[in-house]
Amino acid sequence: MARDTSFHRRLMVRRLKGGLAGSLFFLAILSGILVLIVLLADVLIDGIGWLDWQFITSYPSRRPESAGILAALAGTIWIMALTGLFSFPIGVGTAIYLEEYAADSRLRRFIQTNISNLAGVPSIVYGLLGLGLFVQFLAMGRSILAGALTMTLMSLPVVIISAQEAIRSVPEAHHRGAYALGATRWQVVRHIVLPGALPGILTGTILSMSRAIGEAAPLIAISALVYMTFLPVSPLDRFTVLPIQIFDWVSRPQENFQGLAAAGIIVLLVVLLTMNAIAIFLRNHYQKSVEE
Amino acid sequence: MLNGIPSLETKKLGLWYGHFQALRDISVAVPRNQIMAIIGPSGCGKSSLLRCFNRMNELILGSRVEGEVLFDGANIYAPGVDPSEIRYRIGMVFQKPNPFPKSVYDNVAFGPRVNGFAGNLDEIVERALVRAALWDEVKDQLRKSAMQLSGGQQQRLCIARALALEPEVILMDEPCSALDPVATLKIEDLMRSLVQDYTIVIVTHNMQQAARVSDMTAFLMMAEDRAGVLVEYGPTSQVFTTPKDSRTEDYITGRFG
Repeated sequence: MARDTSFHRRLMVRRLKGGLAGSLFFLAILSGILVLIVLLADVLIDGIGWLDWQFITSYPSRRPESAGILAALAGTIWIMALTGLFSFPIGVGTAIYLEEYAADSRLRRFIQTNISNLAGVPSIVYGLLGLGLFVQFLAMGRSILAGALTMTLMSLPVVIISAQEAIRSVPEAHHRGAYALGATRWQVVRHIVLPGALPGILTGTILSMSRAIGEAAPLIAISALVYMTFLPVSPLDRFTVLPIQIFDWVSRPQENFQGLAAAGIIVLLVVLLTMNAIAIFLRNHYQKSVEE
Repeated sequence: MLNGIPSLETKKLGLWYGHFQALRDISVAVPRNQIMAIIGPSGCGKSSLLRCFNRMNELILGSRVEGEVLFDGANIYAPGVDPSEIRYRIGMVFQKPNPFPKSVYDNVAFGPRVNGFAGNLDEIVERALVRAALWDEVKDQLRKSAMQLSGGQQQRLCIARALALEPEVILMDEPCSALDPVATLKIEDLMRSLVQDYTIVIVTHNMQQAARVSDMTAFLMMAEDRAGVLVEYGPTSQVFTTPKDSRTEDYITGRFG
């Protein structure tokens, strides 16, 4: 049975190759996770000692013992809230128009290509655009409003693209079923497309917010403050955000400020994870209401 | 007053998708309160013809109709006719059951709601479900998601959804092709009972089904240029027993297609 022995030999080689491939993939994921664990551990060890109620509720100070993150935390929340407020309706509206209304013209494809390209533009470029357009030309000054609008510009491409994908995932058969019952285009969008796409739209929007939350570059470009000892009370006030505050502390030579920076990173991570948790919760919630 | 004229009628109907002609020179008349079956080999334009009856073809980019489709004697493609009104009066059931991911109740109530119905919705929903022979199976679970029903139940729900608008005509695009034989028989029985109040046009691949349920049969084929043309149209008994065209006989006896 020569055929059988050669078959079995080859089978063993095939199995070996398979096992090797599997181990390589496992190593790939392991390296990512290990780096992440080391980073997190390092930050936690450095920062946990500085993280207390005083740190959360104080303004920055020359003395590390009494320095805190309050102004930056407030600024981040302001910026995120306004960015969400602006980018959600504009982004979802654009996506609905492109998917449900626009004819498949050359103009539509041109716009689509540009949106995809804009998603890859470095964030500092958006910062410079914001500086020129909102801060100077529209004379908003270095305000929360100018910062949020700059972040909106940066987030929009991702919000639009993820909303488009969510809208496309609504089956064509549901569109047709609704049209066949005499629904108008707006009714199809309102009662069929939006409910079906909402979980995906929310997830995409919140994830792009989470990306924006960690961005310092565009806001440095429009010169957010680094030393701020008051709370912004209106969108026209000046502001600072967590990444800028962290960046400021990291760049100081004294070791205590490194600890403060680590504590700031922990706060930023908590804000970020909270937003992701909200995204997951919303997605599950609406998905359930759609499927049940 | 309308008794003399057919419920639906096409006159020299042609359909284009861009530069491709999908239908050519189709003239058929569907008598009131009868079932017309459209049969023919795959790709001959059966479903396209069906979609011309409620202007659903317009959802396909680049489609264009020539000739006339008369509904109670009036051309539904005349300028100023709103497709939503046509679809409100001519219901449609699709090949694959396509209930919305909403409750049973909301599925049936969808049509009346989007068309601005202001009366008692509960009554409409119950009547439509009873008429579609689904009420007894779902009356205790109207709030349940329609996605949890069986395939046959979903298709009857889609029929109920169409009936809730009290249309004059129901178009069915291979309504049983995704169903098992038992569910198929249920739908066929339902069609025979519905035809007392409605005019029905059904596209089917299933020759026996056409012979069982329909009163009139239209046989379509693809011409040389792939456009669908009408080969034969007449009472089902005649088309199936003494077809005038040899191609009809070949198709019905299973020699091609």
